Amino acid sequence: MDLGLSEEQEMLKRSARDVLQHECPKTLVKQLDESEEGYSPELWRKMAELGWLGLLFPEEYGGSGGSFVDLTVLLEEMGYNILPGPFFSTVILGGLPLLSAGSEEQKEDLLPKVAGGEKILTMALTEPSVSYEASAVKTTAIAANDGYVINGTKLFVPDANVADTILCVARTKEAADPEDGITIFLVDADSPGVEVTLLKTLARDKQCEVIFNNVSVPGENILGDLDRGWPVVQEMLQKATVAKCAEMVGGAQAALEMAVSYAKERVQFNRPIGSFQAIQHYCANMVSDVDGSRFVTYKAAWKVSEGLPAAMDVAVAKAWTSGAYGRVTLTAHQIFGAIGFTMDHDLHLYYRRAKASEMMFGDGAYHRAIVARELGL
Amino acid sequence: MDFRFTVEEEAFREEVREWLKKEIPPRWIELDAGLWEETEESWALSREFQRKLGQKGWLAPAYPREYGGSEMGHIKRLVLSEELNYNRAPISIEVEISVNWAGQALMLFGSEEQKREVLSKVGRGEAIFCLGYSEPNAGSDLASLQTRAVEDGDSWVINGQKIWCSYAHYADYCWLGARTDPDAPKHKGISMFLVDMKTPGITVRPLINVLNRHSFNEVFFDDVRIPRENLVGEENNGWYQLVMALDFERSLIGTAAAHQRFIDELVHYMIEAKGKGERFADDPLIKDELAEIAVQNEVLRMMCYRIAWMYSQNLHPSYESSMSLLFSSELLRRIANVGMRVVGPYGQLDTDSKWSVLKARVMRAYLASLSIGVGGGSNEIQRNIVAMRGLGLPRQ
Repeated sequence: MDLGLSEEQEMLKRSARDVLQHECPKTLVKQLDESEEGYSPELWRKMAELGWLGLLFPEEYGGSGGSFVDLTVLLEEMGYNILPGPFFSTVILGGLPLLSAGSEEQKEDLLPKVAGGEKILTMALTEPSVSYEASAVKTTAIAANDGYVINGTKLFVPDANVADTILCVARTKEAADPEDGITIFLVDADSPGVEVTLLKTLARDKQCEVIFNNVSVPGENILGDLDRGWPVVQEMLQKATVAKCAEMVGGAQAALEMAVSYAKERVQFNRPIGSFQAIQHYCANMVSDVDGSRFVTYKAAWKVSEGLPAAMDVAVAKAWTSGAYGRVTLTAHQIFGAIGFTMDHDLHLYYRRAKASEMMFGDGAYHRAIVARELGL
Repeated sequence: MDFRFTVEEEAFREEVREWLKKEIPPRWIELDAGLWEETEESWALSREFQRKLGQKGWLAPAYPREYGGSEMGHIKRLVLSEELNYNRAPISIEVEISVNWAGQALMLFGSEEQKREVLSKVGRGEAIFCLGYSEPNAGSDLASLQTRAVEDGDSWVINGQKIWCSYAHYADYCWLGARTDPDAPKHKGISMFLVDMKTPGITVRPLINVLNRHSFNEVFFDDVRIPRENLVGEENNGWYQLVMALDFERSLIGTAAAHQRFIDELVHYMIEAKGKGERFADDPLIKDELAEIAVQNEVLRMMCYRIAWMYSQNLHPSYESSMSLLFSSELLRRIANVGMRVVGPYGQLDTDSKWSVLKARVMRAYLASLSIGVGGGSNEIQRNIVAMRGLGLPRQ
C-alpha cells in the first residue's frame, strides 16, 4: 500500500502550484470569468510548452505518456488555484475518447495539435433533459450521400464557444437498447449549421447551448464504430467524474486554507476569531471533508488508472466530494463574514464552482443511486 | 500510489479468517455481546479467546516477540484489525486500553523491569488494564485531575477518586494519572503510575450503562501504597505521556470494518425484504440513506488506511487519528439511525421478543453509539485537537 505521490508527481504538483500562482492570479481569473472566451491564449501556449496538454498522450502523439493519476494531480492544482479555460474539455472530454477510440489517422491528425495547444476540443453530450444516460441522446445523425446530417440541441456543453472540434454524441439508429445506436462524430465547429450560444452561468464558466441544424459531416469523421459510441462515452464519463473530483479536492483545500489563515488573523473581542471554538469546530469539519474527499478520490483515480473495475469507487468519490466541496466553501464564507460577500473577494469563485462541479457528471443523489445499485439494493 | 494489499498481506487475511472461523466460540456468537454489553459469561469467553490470540502473537501484534507480540508491520496489523472487527471477534475496548494505551505508554516510558513484568502479560492476554484518568470534576478538562500521589519513603501514597473506569472490576492493573505537584501549572504536575488493582485501599463500585450492563466503574483510592518504582517515566511529565497514549487510542484502524459488517447486514435485510415483496425495500429515500452511510464508510476506511500507512512510513499521526475517531463515532450514530429507518418499529424490540430482528443490533447500536463520541475525548475535544494541532489555530 502506498497512499503517497511519487517523486515525479510531487514535482508536477509543486511546479503546477508555482506556475499557476504566477501566471494565473485571481485578477486574471476574474477577468477571464467576465470575458467571452474564458481563457488566456498566452497561458494556453505556456501549458502546451509545459507538457500539460499532452500529459496523458503517448509520446508518438506529442505527449509525455503520463498516467491518469498524474493527470489528477495536475487537476487538483488547477482546482486549487482556479484555472479558467478549456483544459478539462480539451484533454478529458475530447482527448480521452480520441485516444481510446480514434483511428490512427484521427489520432495522428488531432492529438499532436491538442498537445501543442493548437486545437481546442469538447464533447457535446447532454441535451435539455440534462441526463447522462444513453436514453437521453435524442440528437440524430442520418446517413446522407457519403456522410451524415446531424440535427438536435445540446445543452451545457463546456467551452464550445472556443472549441475547434466538437465531439457530437448522436443517435444513428433506433434500437430497443438505448445504448445501441449511438455514434460519436468529430464536428468542425465552423461547419455550417453549428450554432453556439454562450450561457451565462453561476460559476461564469463557459457552458453553451449548441444547436446542430442540418450539419453535414463526412463519414470518416466518425470516432470509433458506427452505432457503438456509447461505451466510449461511458469510459470517458467515468474518468471525467474522477477528474472533476480531483479539481474539487483542490478547490476545497484552497477554501480551507483561506478560511484558516483568515481565522488566525481576524481579531474580534480582542482575540483572533480562530481561537473561538465555534470557528475551530467549523475548521475541523472542513478538514475532515477535504481529507476525506482527497483519499476516496485518489483511490478512484488509482483504480481507473490501473484499469480496475471502479464503478463503486467513482460513485463514492463523486457522491462524497460533491457535498464536501459545497460544505467547505459555505463554511469558509461563514468564517469570512461580510467581506466574503463582495465581488472583490476571491472566495465566491470557489463557492460558485462548488455548485457547478457538484452538478457536472451527476450530483450526490445521482451517484448515491449508483452506490445503492452496486450494493444490490 | 497503490491501494492494493500485497499477495502476502492477502494471504495473511485468509489465514486470519480461517483461524477466526475455528477459534471464535459458537457460544460467543450466540451471546452476541456487543460493545459495553459484557456479561460474566461473555467476559470469560473473551478472556480465553484473547489468550489464544496472544499465543499467536496477534493480540499485541506490534509488540516485540519477548513481550508476546510478533513485531508485525503496520499494514498487516491493519488487515488483522479489519478481520477481528468484521468477524466480531471477542475482543473489545479492554484490549485497546491494555495493549495500545497503557501498553504503548509503558513501552515508551516504562523501565525494563516494568516491561518484562507487565508488558509480556499484556501481550499474551494474561493481564488487562483499566484507566485511571477521568474524575468527577476532570472530564474534558482532564488536566485538572485532583487525585494525589505523595512520596513517602519507598512508596507513593495515593488518594482520590476516578470514574468511568471501564472493566476496573476485572482489571489486573490501573494506568493511573495522579497529581504529584499541586503547586505547578496543571499540565506540569501530573505523573503516571502503574497500580496493581489488588493493592489494599482500592474500592471498585459499579456504574450501570444505558444498555443496562456493568461495564464501567468508580474507583476509590484510600491511602493506597504502591512501590516507588511504579512511577512510570518522569515525575511531573505525566501529561505528555498521557497525551501520547491518547494518540494511540485514537487510532482505531479497524473501525471501518466493524461498521461495514453492520452496513452489510442492513443491506442484506433490505434485499431479503425486497425478495419478500415488502414495499419499504423499494423506498428510494431509504436506499439513498443506506448509500450515504456506505459512502461515508468508504471515506472512513480511507482515513483508517491513511493512518496505518502513515505509521508504516514512520510518520506519527495526531490530528488524523482524532479526525478518524470523530468521523467514525458520528458515522456509527448515523448507521444506527439509518438502521432504524430500515427495520422500522421492529427496531424497538430487544432480543427477548419473538418479533425482534437482526438480533436487536440496531437498537443496541443506537444506545451503545452514545458512548463513542464521548469516551476517550469527546467529539468537541477531538475537534479542538484537529483545529489546534492540525491547523495551528490559536488557543486564545
